[in-house]
Amino acid sequence: MKTIIFKTASTYLLPLLVLFSIFILLRGHYLPGGGFVGGLIASIAFVIHSFANGIDQTKSIIKFHPGFLMPIGLAIALLSGAAPLLIGESFMTGLWFEEPVSVIGMVGSALFFDTGVYLVVIGVTLTIIFTISETL
Amino acid sequence: MNNPYIVLPVIFQLFTAVLLMFFWFRVNAQRLITIICSLISVGIAIWLFNEVYNRGILTMQAGEWQAPFGITFVADIFSATMVLLTAISGMAVAVFSTGSIRNARLKFGFFPILNFLLMGLQGAFLTGDIFNLYVWFEIIIIASFVLITIGGEKAQIEGAMKYVTMNLLASAIFLTAIAILYGMAGSLNMADLSGQVAQIENRGLVNVVAILFLVGFGIKSAVFPLYFWLPASYHTPPPAISAIFGGLLTKVGVYALIRIFTLIFIPDEFLSNLLIIMAALTILSGGLGAILQVNMRKIFSYLIVCHIGFMIAGLGIYTELAILGAIFYLIHDIIVKTNLFLISGLIFKLKGTLNIEKLGGIYKKYPKYSLLIAIPLFSLVGIPPLSGFWSKLFLIEGGYLEGQYTLVGFILLGSFLTLWVIAKLWSEVFWKESVDLPKKINVKYFYELKPFKQWAMIIPIVILTVISLYIGLAAEHIIVLSKQISSELMNPSAYIEAVLGTKTDMP
Repeated sequence: MKTIIFKTASTYLLPLLVLFSIFILLRGHYLPGGGFVGGLIASIAFVIHSFANGIDQTKSIIKFHPGFLMPIGLAIALLSGAAPLLIGESFMTGLWFEEPVSVIGMVGSALFFDTGVYLVVIGVTLTIIFTISETL
Repeated sequence: MNNPYIVLPVIFQLFTAVLLMFFWFRVNAQRLITIICSLISVGIAIWLFNEVYNRGILTMQAGEWQAPFGITFVADIFSATMVLLTAISGMAVAVFSTGSIRNARLKFGFFPILNFLLMGLQGAFLTGDIFNLYVWFEIIIIASFVLITIGGEKAQIEGAMKYVTMNLLASAIFLTAIAILYGMAGSLNMADLSGQVAQIENRGLVNVVAILFLVGFGIKSAVFPLYFWLPASYHTPPPAISAIFGGLLTKVGVYALIRIFTLIFIPDEFLSNLLIIMAALTILSGGLGAILQVNMRKIFSYLIVCHIGFMIAGLGIYTELAILGAIFYLIHDIIVKTNLFLISGLIFKLKGTLNIEKLGGIYKKYPKYSLLIAIPLFSLVGIPPLSGFWSKLFLIEGGYLEGQYTLVGFILLGSFLTLWVIAKLWSEVFWKESVDLPKKINVKYFYELKPFKQWAMIIPIVILTVISLYIGLAAEHIIVLSKQISSELMNPSAYIEAVLGTKTDMP
């Protein structure tokens, strides 16, 4: 699909979709959204880019192997789940900061957990898709 | 009593897996981390066991959502014992695989997946919520799918197909049963269900759901007539993987059966009879199957099926004494079966084949190893005073007191068949004159390995053998433990009180 319209559009779509995915990630606590959907949208951004410009171009944007996001995301999720254990609360108890942060709103351990999920989903999806398109 | 730290065995396995993923391609670093972390996880399991043994049942409400609405983790003595056994055999397998698994497989993430599998097992033993139990079962089977296919040999894929199909079917049945149960009782907390299910008037539907659970767990624990996938798949992956499968994966099904049928569905006459018939036929089919085989790992696979029958028999008789026998057998079996599959891995490295007709002369060439291997083999048969003897004694006594003479006959027949198979194996593999086998190119033999790897294969076998000797020679301790477990299982009011925090009068 090397049409010029698609190619030009994909360059603008990539940052837009990544921003949109972060928006979806942040609103996910009380409204539809969250880490899983956000991660899927972010990976779609890279998939569209790779369709338009070829897989090597996309890899040169990302710089590192996307599989590396999996352990990082899992570690963030695990730490945010295990953090309450340090103050003697149960695993996965929600801990919240007192004051809301501007733009984001209330920040708690749930947000970090969701961020971990977000990274894992991007890592898994891109690893699968890159591997499949390499063997094609 | 509430204790947020009982979930540590699960979290620590996840932590290990994540840590190992950071070292994806550096296999030597993975080996080191695996050995250290598996020792720490045994330490955590010992701490948990000690805590539960001294302080009684501990609970944890995940995210501080109170039972019966949140997910509860419960560590009673049964769970704590299973967690300890899982940690020990997990440690043995992890250390063994640092020596026996080749680098090509390790580069596909063998160690992280092994730790995810152990995490699933620990979670399944600790959870007090039936849907959460399903989730842990899913984690176990997904991890085991990867482990059984890792390396991608043709035989492995063939075995994996059967394994995956049957286990997915079992999960679907299990999930259906949970859905119907939730529709009837409106709860998923096992302690809460215990009281709710007893009040349901439509006993026919309750029995149907109980049978669905029996079929679901029955496929996973390989009871008659749903066992055929096990001997067809367990001999295909590398020995370290079949060791963790043979030692623990079927036993988690047995654990779930014992838990469900003592806590939620108290067997009536129909269910007890069904369990007893299934147990008898499982013993018979497993034992007869083992006689016919010539591949050592296939023999052990059929013996797994045979011995699952003993545990189901204990559950079917349903007296405190019989459950004691079943629990004792479970403890003994996890250690011995893990050890036997590790031994088959060692013999493969020594000789390059597992066909017992071709093998021979191991006793003459390796007398020390043979002596070491003899102990778990004879414990499996149940030669007094080794560990298999005591558990069968209680099962037979329990059956005899209840007048289940046919079942007692089958248990004796099963022991006799096991004796026959092991005697045949011993004379073929160890005593028979050895034939010179052609050297295989794609097998790395034991004497070609580095000393570190040789020790990594021998030490876990020694540790597990010492533990089985302890179970046999210090049977007094294990009997006291099993007695406490079985009396807790038969009188679940303490469990329910610990989870729900209210006094309940159980019928």
